[in-house]
Amino acid sequence: MRGLCFFILALFSLSSTGQDAKKEIQKYQQMIAEGSPVELYELEGETLWKKPQGPNNVSLEKCDLGMGPGVLKGAYARLPRYFKDAERVMDLETRLLYCMETLQGRTHKEATQRVFGNDDRASEMEYLSAYIAAASRGVKMAPGMSHPKEKEAFALGQKLFFHRAGPWDFSCASCHGEEGKRIRMQDLPVLFKPEAARPVVATWPAYRVSNSQFKTMQWRLNDCYRQMRMPEPVFASEATNALNMFLTATGKGEPYRGPGTKR
Amino acid sequence: MKRLAFLLAVPLTSLAQGDVDKVLKRDFQPRGQATMDRIVPDAVQRVCNETSDKPPAELAKTLEADQLKTIAFPSGTLIGNWQRGERIAQGGRGLTWSDKPGAPNDGSCYNCHQLSPRESSFGTIGPSLYRFGAARGNGPEIQKYVYGKIYNAKAYNLCSQMPRLGYSGTLTEEQIKDLVGLLLDPASPVNQ
Repeated sequence: MRGLCFFILALFSLSSTGQDAKKEIQKYQQMIAEGSPVELYELEGETLWKKPQGPNNVSLEKCDLGMGPGVLKGAYARLPRYFKDAERVMDLETRLLYCMETLQGRTHKEATQRVFGNDDRASEMEYLSAYIAAASRGVKMAPGMSHPKEKEAFALGQKLFFHRAGPWDFSCASCHGEEGKRIRMQDLPVLFKPEAARPVVATWPAYRVSNSQFKTMQWRLNDCYRQMRMPEPVFASEATNALNMFLTATGKGEPYRGPGTKR
Repeated sequence: MKRLAFLLAVPLTSLAQGDVDKVLKRDFQPRGQATMDRIVPDAVQRVCNETSDKPPAELAKTLEADQLKTIAFPSGTLIGNWQRGERIAQGGRGLTWSDKPGAPNDGSCYNCHQLSPRESSFGTIGPSLYRFGAARGNGPEIQKYVYGKIYNAKAYNLCSQMPRLGYSGTLTEEQIKDLVGLLLDPASPVNQ
């Protein structure tokens, strides 16, 4: 995996112009997608899904991700959605956290101690996300959009997306608000436009080659806010779920083809 | 201020700004140097949020004049060292919760702008600044404009996407002068 990082650096230094670099990056993206280690994360996720844990010493196999207890096929493609038992809109990670607390009897504190991993080891949440998302491959992304709470989440997410604050006056739209823009060499999808959001929604969570890590949407939002110079969004909060709902509902309709492989 | 209050009373969606502020205060937490006071939008941000970055011209003019007053222009030449300026333009450190508080910050300029032709990895959110000085000279007026624009971009365009790098405490007076040098010094690679 380290070798790949060197390869990308070499590519950048070899290319003399922006256009050349872009073509090289496209070639590179194709290549890394073919040799992605995503499957390894899926396998570890399956092990964790079936592993008895917590004070109740039970696995997550009875966790209801919206399609009934233990049903994984197509469950990720229907998230985020409103859950009656929790009386709130939940994305995958928020729902997993709910199951860890209610089924396994784990405390919120313990279950959220290490939600984002590093290049040594992914987090439990990341492994599980890989496994569960993979079970939606080929299923059209269709988050909940009919319940009043789902509509509320969408409206809040939309508002947050355009909300400028912090010492650098940034909102999500500062980077993802205009067609054809990039930061350094990184193209920036205009995430409030369905055609740009669809391929994003269809491929997260994803393995990131540049840091050899598997990353989830909760992490993606978290790290965007870090770069926006803002305080940290609370994991699985209403705000992060609302943003995830706004992005997923905007980019709905494409068959899921993740977990993806990113630069 | 009366007109401003009227403007703010008309929300863009059914969701009131007050509700969003409440969510932000509840669902964000301080981390490192990223303290919670950053969540609350200031007067400029509030107007830009409420008008989707298209403030009424008269209001924009008033608030831009207020922002201009925040800039303390140093006396003498504003053209610093372009070599140091290039390093500041390249770097992206500063103000995030993972940055060490008190360590020198950078300008993140290349993230959004083309500058020196030697750097092919540049962003395009802002305009290209290649040959900025070559096209405009380096007299006192343009020096003052560039210094001011970097110090507080909102003094010139209220809802500009560019951070207020001096006003926010990101860059020091010395660092901004070095960036002015990078843009205006005839010897700078930007002007080659």
